[in-house]
Amino acid sequence: MTQIALKTEKLTIQFGGLKAVNEFDIEIKSGMIFGLIGPNGAGKTTVFNMLTGVYQPTSGSIIGFNKNLVGLKPFQITHAGFARTFQNIRLFKNLTVLQNLQVAMDQNPKHKKFGLLSTLIKTAKLLESEGEKTAECLSILKIFNLDSRAEEIASNLPYGDQRRLEIARAIATGSRLLLLDEPAAGMNSKETASLMHTIKDVRKIFDATVLLIEHDMKLVMGICERIAVLDYGVKIAEGTPSEIQKNPRVIEAYLGKAATNDQAR
Amino acid sequence: MSKESQNKFAEIPGILGMKGWLFAAAVIIFLHFTLQLGLNAYYFQILMFAGINITLAVSLNLVNGFTGQFSMGHAGFMSVGGYMSSYLTTTYFASNPDMLQNPIISGVIFFFALIAGGVAATLAGYVVGLPSLRLRGDYLAIVTLGFGEIIRVLLLNMNIVGGARGLSGIQPLTNFFWVFIFALLTVFCVWRVVHSAKGRVLLAIREDEIAGTSMGVNTTEGKVWAFSLGAFFAGIAGGLFAHYLTTLNPGTFDFNRSFEIIIMVVLGGMGSISGSIVAAIFLTLLKEVLRPLQQITGYDLRMIIYSLVLIGMMLTRPQGIFGTSEITSLFNYFKKRLKRGAP
Amino acid sequence: MAEFLQHIINGLSQGGTYALIALGYTMVFGILQLINFAHGEVYMIGAFVGYYSSKFFGEELSQFWMSLAGKMAEDGQTLIPTFASSLLTAMTIILIAMLVCACIGFLVERFAYRPLRSAPRINLLITAVGVSLLFQYSGQLFFGSDPKAYPDLFSDLDVWTFGSEEESLVINPIQVTVLTSSIILMLILRHVIFHTRLGRAMRAVSFNHDLASLMGIPTNLIVSATFMMGSALAGAAGVMVGLTYPKVEPLMGSMPGLKAFCAAVLGGIGNVTGAVLGSFILGLAEALLSGYAMPTYRDALAFGVLIVILLVKPSGILGVHRTEKV
Repeated sequence: MTQIALKTEKLTIQFGGLKAVNEFDIEIKSGMIFGLIGPNGAGKTTVFNMLTGVYQPTSGSIIGFNKNLVGLKPFQITHAGFARTFQNIRLFKNLTVLQNLQVAMDQNPKHKKFGLLSTLIKTAKLLESEGEKTAECLSILKIFNLDSRAEEIASNLPYGDQRRLEIARAIATGSRLLLLDEPAAGMNSKETASLMHTIKDVRKIFDATVLLIEHDMKLVMGICERIAVLDYGVKIAEGTPSEIQKNPRVIEAYLGKAATNDQAR
Repeated sequence: MSKESQNKFAEIPGILGMKGWLFAAAVIIFLHFTLQLGLNAYYFQILMFAGINITLAVSLNLVNGFTGQFSMGHAGFMSVGGYMSSYLTTTYFASNPDMLQNPIISGVIFFFALIAGGVAATLAGYVVGLPSLRLRGDYLAIVTLGFGEIIRVLLLNMNIVGGARGLSGIQPLTNFFWVFIFALLTVFCVWRVVHSAKGRVLLAIREDEIAGTSMGVNTTEGKVWAFSLGAFFAGIAGGLFAHYLTTLNPGTFDFNRSFEIIIMVVLGGMGSISGSIVAAIFLTLLKEVLRPLQQITGYDLRMIIYSLVLIGMMLTRPQGIFGTSEITSLFNYFKKRLKRGAP
Repeated sequence: MAEFLQHIINGLSQGGTYALIALGYTMVFGILQLINFAHGEVYMIGAFVGYYSSKFFGEELSQFWMSLAGKMAEDGQTLIPTFASSLLTAMTIILIAMLVCACIGFLVERFAYRPLRSAPRINLLITAVGVSLLFQYSGQLFFGSDPKAYPDLFSDLDVWTFGSEEESLVINPIQVTVLTSSIILMLILRHVIFHTRLGRAMRAVSFNHDLASLMGIPTNLIVSATFMMGSALAGAAGVMVGLTYPKVEPLMGSMPGLKAFCAAVLGGIGNVTGAVLGSFILGLAEALLSGYAMPTYRDALAFGVLIVILLVKPSGILGVHRTEKV
């Protein structure tokens, strides 16, 4: 029996009088690659912000790996197994590539945390743990082909690499659900194709579940097993890629009602 | 992956092992006994101020440089620590005056009084830090400034520590050994902390709080932790100052003192320990160099110069002299060149 | 009862000056997210401008207004013309201080803050602290560090006493002037912000710089205008405080400046009405605390309030919680 990685029920957030997201329900099975699409301003990133605790939902529930996540702080949600990337890349710009991963790896629940005293005298256990963590970071970097740039300052990486480093960093937290906010934004078609492979590899190697927001339909249709469509804060459709492509409400949301448009002209 | 390349990264950066730190401590003990013999009292005093300023600048750098918060309350914490430790030593030695004759016992008492001062400052830091550090960075600046004022008003109203008259007759227990051992301890602690997992938490907070919290970093805890640790060393430095000056009043550690420390951190480079050390020494000397100028003109030009330097620095080289790099990286650079045999 | 009323009056007039300073803080914070530490020093400079201008031509000004006012009231009445001429003299001096301070606000923003607009906020904050100290200490250099007694523009007027001998209420005409002019200035500011093109542009810029500039709003000009308006108000406050506590010195700005900031946070920083509300609350609280309970703790009150408000409701009384956009 497959486990449920994420389940939301009637997730709603209101900004002033506006319901930015209204009664949003999804259920993502563990190991799935799930796409969240919709026109600009549909509320996709707002959903991410609620799932990761940046915004508190007005009402509704979020269950992640059988744990209620509503009301938790972002860092607690990360410890519960959710990690995200950002639409407008948010790396630790002046730290090295390796340090970016180490920050996340330090928070990985499987690694022991050390107190001030052990930090000061550098106990053998601490050094051992540091070594393990670094090795693990480097092996993650290798999957993303970034291991040769481990000592470079993050902001000096080319744009596509920065996006991939963000995904690597999210993995280093030890999370089992990755929330990727437009991972292919700004990438050319070749980079996007390689990103698709990386996402699939990541799922296989880390046994991860992926929820991604993306505008690049080739990527979405190419790797997502299920897709939900959001329009004006409401989920208008959910299904497999081929179902979504045929769904008239989705076509309407993206292209407008052809008939009304014609009349208007 | 090869074992060797793993080790290359696994090594925590920093050329100083435990042996190096102990050696430095031994040098301090040696100098403690030799310097007292021959050094002119005026130069000795400058040396002491430089040592205390190193403690202050390096500990403030932990907050302002490495964690990216902006505290202006170091003088307030000095007040707390200075008053706490002075109160303890004066009351103790008032009832046990003969203990002063024994340098070991009085030294031990002094040590614990200093630590008590540091702990009191830490608690104060926690109380002040918790509300303001939950919020965006710049509230801390105002709250810490206000904290200095609250402390001053409280001390004015506390008769147990002399109220407006202040404390006098504090035993002159501060000597070269204590000043520089604590300076060394501060540098050691801050160095080890910033080059560890704990330090990476602080760096992540400085770089991007939202990304940090999304990576599982408890940012509030990290900030309060760094702030309290910084306050601890400020409290110690306050105690050292008090037992050097032998008098204290509520205005001894005013905002100008905080400002002096801030400019040391900014000048040396926010995020560079060696930068703070160099700047602390440099500014201590500069103060003495400018003293005759003040006598001639009759005005305190020093603060005007400081503020102009601060503004100019921000406009032209905001990262300070050292930026975020350390002197040791210079050593490593030369070491690498030597190994390669490059000219 | 009279004592209580007395404290209320003192508190209100103190609150009025806090409000004028707090408005500048809150406007600058609203538009640049910067705590302008130098704001308290602009207020100090305002006080000094008032001091020197009333010292050098206060007499002439007063005579000029007196002759005008005297012509209007030739029926032997003296109180009204005396008061009117004192009031007009004070207002002229306030106006001069406002103009000078507006220029200073402009220069500070243009040369110290604008080059750092895109730099990390901590750099801007450090610069602000630097500017603040520069003003404090060059103030000592230029004005001398000893306190100076303010010329008494209202010397021809007695204080107004109400009630009996034992229980009397003393109202100083200066306090009336201060409170009235600060309320007038606040109403003008309110009108500018909410009912003019400039005000709309200011609100737009404070909402989103980039978007505002894309809409064709000259953001730099608007920021300058904001600084000038805020500084002008601080200058006015400086003169008013100089009149009330007839003493000025170069370090006088830092404490009221910080307190006014606390008041702005109390009311909700970035919110103009909040700044005024917070200032009056703080002024009254200070007057009552020092009048009844613990006069020595007066200077710590504002910061205690600040810490409590940050713990309980960081957005302030009227502020709206704004989440950082991700």
